[in-house]
Amino acid sequence: MRVLRFLLQKELRQIFRDRAIIRVLFIMPMIQLLILPLAADYEIKNINLGVVDHDHSEYSRKLINKITSSGYFKLQDYSTTFQQGLRSIEKDKTDLILEIPSHFEKDLVKEDEATLLVAVNAINGVKAGLGAAYIQGIIQGYNQELRKQWIQFPRMNPEPTIEATFSNWFNPTMNYRVFMVPGILVMLVTIIGSSFASNNIVREKEMGTIEQINVSPIKKWQFILGKLIPFWMLALFVLTIGLTIARLIYNIIPLGNYITIYIFASIYLLAILGLGLLLSTFAQTQQQSMLVSFFLTMIFNLLSGLFTPIESMPSWAQTITRFNPVSYFIEVMRMVILKGSGLTDIKFHLIAMIGFAIFFNSWAIINYRKRS
Amino acid sequence: MANNLIKSNSLQHPYARGGGKQFLIFVKKEWLHIWRDKRTLFILIFMPIVQILLYGFALTNEVKNAKIAIFDQSKDIATTAITNEIAASKYFNLIKNLHSYQDIEATFREGKIRMALVFPNEFRNNLLHTNQAQIQLIADASDPNTANTLTNYATSVINDYQQSINQNKPLPYTIKTQVRMLYNPELKGAYSFVPGVMALVLMLVCAMMTSISIVREKEIGTMEVILVSPLKPFRIIIAKTIPYLLVSMLNIGSILLLSVYALDVPIVGSLWLLLAESTLFTITSLSVGILISNTAKTQQTAQFTSLMSLFLPTLLFSGFMFPIENMPIPLQIISNIVPAKWYYIIVKSIMIKGLGFGAIWKETMILISMTLVLLGISIRNFKIRLS
Repeated sequence: MRVLRFLLQKELRQIFRDRAIIRVLFIMPMIQLLILPLAADYEIKNINLGVVDHDHSEYSRKLINKITSSGYFKLQDYSTTFQQGLRSIEKDKTDLILEIPSHFEKDLVKEDEATLLVAVNAINGVKAGLGAAYIQGIIQGYNQELRKQWIQFPRMNPEPTIEATFSNWFNPTMNYRVFMVPGILVMLVTIIGSSFASNNIVREKEMGTIEQINVSPIKKWQFILGKLIPFWMLALFVLTIGLTIARLIYNIIPLGNYITIYIFASIYLLAILGLGLLLSTFAQTQQQSMLVSFFLTMIFNLLSGLFTPIESMPSWAQTITRFNPVSYFIEVMRMVILKGSGLTDIKFHLIAMIGFAIFFNSWAIINYRKRS
Repeated sequence: MANNLIKSNSLQHPYARGGGKQFLIFVKKEWLHIWRDKRTLFILIFMPIVQILLYGFALTNEVKNAKIAIFDQSKDIATTAITNEIAASKYFNLIKNLHSYQDIEATFREGKIRMALVFPNEFRNNLLHTNQAQIQLIADASDPNTANTLTNYATSVINDYQQSINQNKPLPYTIKTQVRMLYNPELKGAYSFVPGVMALVLMLVCAMMTSISIVREKEIGTMEVILVSPLKPFRIIIAKTIPYLLVSMLNIGSILLLSVYALDVPIVGSLWLLLAESTLFTITSLSVGILISNTAKTQQTAQFTSLMSLFLPTLLFSGFMFPIENMPIPLQIISNIVPAKWYYIIVKSIMIKGLGFGAIWKETMILISMTLVLLGISIRNFKIRLS
């Protein structure tokens, strides 16, 4: 125990002596946490609309009005030919063109049917899909209104109609920040934990100071613990700052309990730091360890469900996510914060995480060699 | 005076006959550094490949196989038919039948489902006798887009069923909409990810790796040795970047091959123009790396500066992961100084829209001037003396 205390003293002193690292450790993540959530707004709005109106009738004008007043679309371009409209899509001036054929109003009244053309820039598939769905919805609504003007409907529906009503639970205002902030917090804690821990040992290797530790009577597990505990505390501290920012600035108050988050986070950090230490036992230079830990954190973060839903992944990728500690923590954070899940709801996540922690750390201890 | 010094030095130095040859020797030295460190080289070459495959196959925003549960209080022919239709759709994966309203909330809280469908009592009777029946769709809106997309899909399945019981009687005054998806008719995610990954990988390999390798020499102390050599300091730096330039070109090649042959994302425009623009962007990233190495003292700081000032901004502001048009105005303005944003626009235009140089000359000019400014600053700040 005494040896461990000395080791901790040494590590903490080393960390706090390096002002640059302290700055990076605390200020950068905070800035990221203030900027990232503002940027990660996937709500589909502000779709730039281009209109090609060949009809210039009252109906076509009303339709355009209806679309632009919906709040989803911004009228950016008004062209006379479809070719011109396409060119503004090429220049990224518009995302979607609506072409209204000539005789639109006449066809609708006389032939009972008229066809509109909608062309969408589909490079971004999600935006294109939802944009097309929105505009179709608006056109249908407009269609209903027109019909009501022309036909007097009986009081009861003439045909069987199924009405679908929606309710959006857990995030009724459909606010993206509530969804992203907990995930981003996990990402930041992960990056800080894993890359700092792995760099630390390799730095000692590169500088040669590890030899001194190797010749001293410090046990392997004491060495690993001595490296692990300081970063564990730092990461928990960063998590606390993050949760405070989330509460004060984004007004995200967990439905569940903070204690649940901390219990899970402390085990999660043990696992992630263990992984970092494990990597450092393999790497020879800092460049190597940085690159490897960067590479792994990137894959972990991308496959974590932070940005894209896990269910949409192919089954092989879903299998990988089951071995990805980050995905567990992101899920738990979102469950506790948004849905108010408690310890019993997350028990499987907890068990899995304890498994990860034991696995990575014991491997790191076994793999650490005093002889080089 | 300084010239004389170098000249007299060059008399004694066996390699110092011509600047060109010295330069090549330095490039070779740098190349050996990279070549010897097989693990790093391996990662440098395979990282882009893994990334492209991940983005191409695993990361899609398309919503499919969403887990749903059904609470059917009516259990008649109509509800069973709708349930079957929904379960058969590739978008939904029916995993649970619920038996009470409490069940719904509990299942959501365990994080098991994304949406719940609730059929009220007497669904079919209502439909037949009053011509009106309701279905309640409860979506887990913690992820708003997925919730929206799911309710859209479910509504269209329900509408189809309604059409089928109405035997497709045409309604009067119908506006039909014909939707054409340009460039990417199947709405594949890869079309926007591939150009983004190219920007990300180039930025990473060039800027981060160069800055770390320069700072490493400072940290270990070998920089002293290099600085007293007869080669001009700035050429030393250029020599350091060339091997990384080569690795990046290799990466561009592998990314493009994979995207065409594995992901079916075609290169519609000119390949040569694309390669030329990529080289330009590589040079931009290298100059960012040099700039970082000027300021950083330790490899750790270099890495963190690259991560925080390059990787995240590139991810954030290039427009491939986060929609720039949704950001607050200050962030939109900041996005303009991120080189990756312009490169992303260029790659999208050439590769996917098939446009020529005429459409992207503005973006190209921006990249060129950024590179010149960055290089100018690094040359001015380059210190011949350490500390």
